[in-house]
Amino acid sequence: MSELKIVIVGHVDHGKSTLIGRLLADTGSVPDDRIEAVRRRCVDQGKDMEYAFLLDALEEEQAQGITLDTTRIQFHSAQRNYVIIDAPGHKEFLKNMISGASDADAAFLLIDAEEGVREQTRRHATILKLLGIRQIHVVINKMDLVGYEQAVFEQIVAVCTDALAQVELQALSYIPMAAKHGENILARSAHLDWYQGRTLIETIDTLKAQHPEADAPTRLPVQDIYKFDHRRIVAGRLESGTLQVGDTIVCWPQGTRTRIKSLESWQRNQPLTTLTAGMSVGVTLEDPVFLQRGTVIAREEAPPLVGDHLKVTIYWLGQQPLRAGKRYTIKLTTQETTCEVAAIDHVYDSSDLSTADALDQVPTNFVGEVTLRTKQPLAFDLFTQVAETGRFVILDGFEVSGGGSIVGLADAVNQAKSQREAEPAAPRQVFRKKLKRSIVIEK
Amino acid sequence: MDQLEKLESESIFIIREAYQKYKKIAMLWSIGKDSTVLLHLARKAFYGHCPIPLVHIDTTYKIPEMIAYRDKIAQEWNLKLVVGSNDQALQNGMGPDKGRLTCCNALKTEGLQQVMAQYEFQGLLMGIRRDEEGSRGKERYFSPRNADFEWNYKEQPPELWNQFQTEFPEGTHVRVHPLLHWTELNVWQYILRENIPIIDLYFAKNGRRYRSLGCAPCTTPITSEAITIEEIIEELKNTNVTERSGRAQDQVDAYAMQKLRVRGYM
Repeated sequence: MSELKIVIVGHVDHGKSTLIGRLLADTGSVPDDRIEAVRRRCVDQGKDMEYAFLLDALEEEQAQGITLDTTRIQFHSAQRNYVIIDAPGHKEFLKNMISGASDADAAFLLIDAEEGVREQTRRHATILKLLGIRQIHVVINKMDLVGYEQAVFEQIVAVCTDALAQVELQALSYIPMAAKHGENILARSAHLDWYQGRTLIETIDTLKAQHPEADAPTRLPVQDIYKFDHRRIVAGRLESGTLQVGDTIVCWPQGTRTRIKSLESWQRNQPLTTLTAGMSVGVTLEDPVFLQRGTVIAREEAPPLVGDHLKVTIYWLGQQPLRAGKRYTIKLTTQETTCEVAAIDHVYDSSDLSTADALDQVPTNFVGEVTLRTKQPLAFDLFTQVAETGRFVILDGFEVSGGGSIVGLADAVNQAKSQREAEPAAPRQVFRKKLKRSIVIEK
Repeated sequence: MDQLEKLESESIFIIREAYQKYKKIAMLWSIGKDSTVLLHLARKAFYGHCPIPLVHIDTTYKIPEMIAYRDKIAQEWNLKLVVGSNDQALQNGMGPDKGRLTCCNALKTEGLQQVMAQYEFQGLLMGIRRDEEGSRGKERYFSPRNADFEWNYKEQPPELWNQFQTEFPEGTHVRVHPLLHWTELNVWQYILRENIPIIDLYFAKNGRRYRSLGCAPCTTPITSEAITIEEIIEELKNTNVTERSGRAQDQVDAYAMQKLRVRGYM
């Protein structure tokens, strides 16, 4: 069984790395000499044992007691394997937090019992929502600092429930904890006897992997084309759905139709019969159709949307704001083209959700509801339907400066929509259609 | 897909991405288990071919069996192999007696730097993993090094949804780490499943085996009776000791690897 990925998020200094370090140590997931090295280092520095140092390995992280960058470690409970992801809580390092959280199956949002819900608690909740992470548990940590008071816990639960509701999220549970002392991680805490719910490890074992749906539409974005020998192998990762020999497929956005001739493999014990989501694959096709990196192969019966006007939600990380009219690069699966912001409909702060007045830009750490116009038409899906082909990143120059999800088609795309609904054409017809279009442009 | 298939598939995606993005790309082959698994994955990604040249940095202090194994595999698998070494430093008598970190910097980091400059490689595939040690735990899949070979670990590009920043200012080269998310145990389980030929030094002789391979003066074998891959896997499931405990340069001080890697070490 493949492992489940869990990200730990929350405001700076609320104890994320400590919780993970303690969890790893208590479950015997890190070698003794690594724990011993940390213990010696803490003694040298005149500190109590800092479990966070198991993850915060950089000199600057240990000196300042904060996490700069994300890391991940495999660990296992009696039930299954996990990858646990540490994400920095400091506002300066949000892009590192998003790098860590982007592919998580579940999240634990950590809140310091003394401090309650803070700026990054809210911001991280917004980000979890945008990333589409739905399995969320909340940990109220450092209960020892508030005398293990149930009333404090209940009060934070109320505030947090409200904060999550504002971004249309709901926590599956709230767990009181004192991570530094290992209370309610593996062992129940005698100080928290008023809490009847699950411990951290019991909660972790209730999480579900996000299994690809068997009947999801087939999406194979072409990564590269190989001609090392007599074969012309179309390579890529099957992002969604399945493929078999003989399947009739359509290559988008061109709309060319052909069939899968073979599934390629090398040094495999059993022959491949079906390709499933997540596999890096190679196929050959029956007809010598035109393909390139970025072409999306779909089964005939479930085409993607095709268009050059997308309604999207963007989380902006760039140092410079996202500006209307400026040119950027969009990367969606292996598709890459120039784009610009045609309209900004709504801009809000990712922490307090307050709306910005100006609609000509999306500042750093703001969320924008935006219409993008792309230079080349893209093949895509709505994020809620096929997440893998419904999300993208935006580059400002060389730098990845924002991430987003596609929420709809802009009005101007009706034409593309009708193209999608039209019967896909045979290769020769597409050639003619293209020719015709170029003549129109020349006029 | 089981866990190994998933790991394999993710790594192949990254190898293919690197090959597509960089015209001049190489793969660092230390002869050890990780970079040999990486080599196998590349052959899988490209259906039996390895269109990417391999680079081996020979410090001349390597364990002799490593060189023999390297040349044998290179011939059998028809690999393009570039062997680099910092001849100038060697002529001036560089060795671990000049200080372990000084020696690693000169013979490994600078040796690599010379090869990268000579062949103008823009991309370099490497088999490092997060679980090896702390500073590698903070790495990216596509990790830039500036013209001075330095790693700016405080300002790394975001990586989300397998979208990597692949283009950088002139003079930058990119370290690509397809095995970043694997563990030592995963590597051995995969070697077993794929029947990958691995150098004998990993298997116990006279009660000792190498768990991590490096230069002879700075690498100590561990006590072990494991003579098969299955026995190594069993041993690792029960071990209480880190993988690189036998690598002397790691132990020089608390942040030795960070210090080496900031300057361009593997």
